[in-house]
Amino acid sequence: MNVEISGPRILLSIPQLGGFVLTESVVITWVVMLVLVLLCRFLTKNMQVRPTKKRQVIAEWMVTSIQGLVKNDMGPRFVSTGYVPFIGALFALSAGCSISSVFGVKAPTSDLSTVLGWAVVVFILITYNKIRSGGIGGYLKSFTEPVFVMTPMNLISEIATPLSMTFRHFGNIVSGTVITALIYGGLAALSHGVLGLIPGALGKTLSQIPIFQFGLPAVLSLYFDFFSSFMQAFIFCTLTMVYIGGAAGD
Amino acid sequence: MDTQTTMILAKAIVAGLSALGAGCGMSGGIGPGIGEGYAVGKAIESMARQPEMRGTLTTTMFMGCAVAETTGIYSLIIALILIFANPLIGYFNF
Repeated sequence: MNVEISGPRILLSIPQLGGFVLTESVVITWVVMLVLVLLCRFLTKNMQVRPTKKRQVIAEWMVTSIQGLVKNDMGPRFVSTGYVPFIGALFALSAGCSISSVFGVKAPTSDLSTVLGWAVVVFILITYNKIRSGGIGGYLKSFTEPVFVMTPMNLISEIATPLSMTFRHFGNIVSGTVITALIYGGLAALSHGVLGLIPGALGKTLSQIPIFQFGLPAVLSLYFDFFSSFMQAFIFCTLTMVYIGGAAGD
Repeated sequence: MDTQTTMILAKAIVAGLSALGAGCGMSGGIGPGIGEGYAVGKAIESMARQPEMRGTLTTTMFMGCAVAETTGIYSLIIALILIFANPLIGYFNF
């Protein structure tokens, strides 16, 4: 019985390229991206005006729901822009990365760098939209409002936006990982202790099998892997839409 | 005591207090728990009053819960840093 909680493994490191490291999360993200691309290819094969296949109905349902989300949270004028595919891709990547932990690999979203990357992209989009709607002068002036003394506070709250998005997603996924690891360790110790009470060689053999690990972790996995993954992906996307919609103004 | 023993003692004290700090810091999870329970209770009340608003209420409730959770997540991050990447122990590595 040993509980091991660590960051992502480093698979490859090239010191010549300025200390470049290829971590486990990058490789798993590539795999998730590949699976998503193949899924999109499969769902949109042989599309017809009147859907005859189930997969086209599924694809249309996905696109319509993302469009509905964007319409609700950002406004109707964003439905025909590039934000719909962006939000859809963000949702699919986030959910796919978190769910990949079902297959026994380390979820890329339990690495802070992965989520921080997405949050930085969102932050750039927010700033771009603010500058586009108010001009660069209006953007800089917005930091001194309502009074000039508030400038440091406004700067901090500007930086806090991507950071809180990152920590929310990362914290939720990684807390699931930590709790699952602790429960596995605890159940192994429990079965070792209880079955070790059986006298003789039988007890010695049985206590090596962590028999109590059967059952309970599956229920937890249902919550942490499926519900929490979709929830966090949804929340990340909703916050993105709200911030960008707010930044773009009317 | 020689220097090495002092260093080990200092590290032990820092590690133990860090673990204590991580545990105390996670009491920051109480606030979001109470707040989210309150939000969910109110949402259920509204759902009982207007069952046709169920969809919107559920979405908004989860959104609010996620935002209210932020402070709890911050204390979790602090606890994780204190346990797995303690910056304070580094002061005694000379």
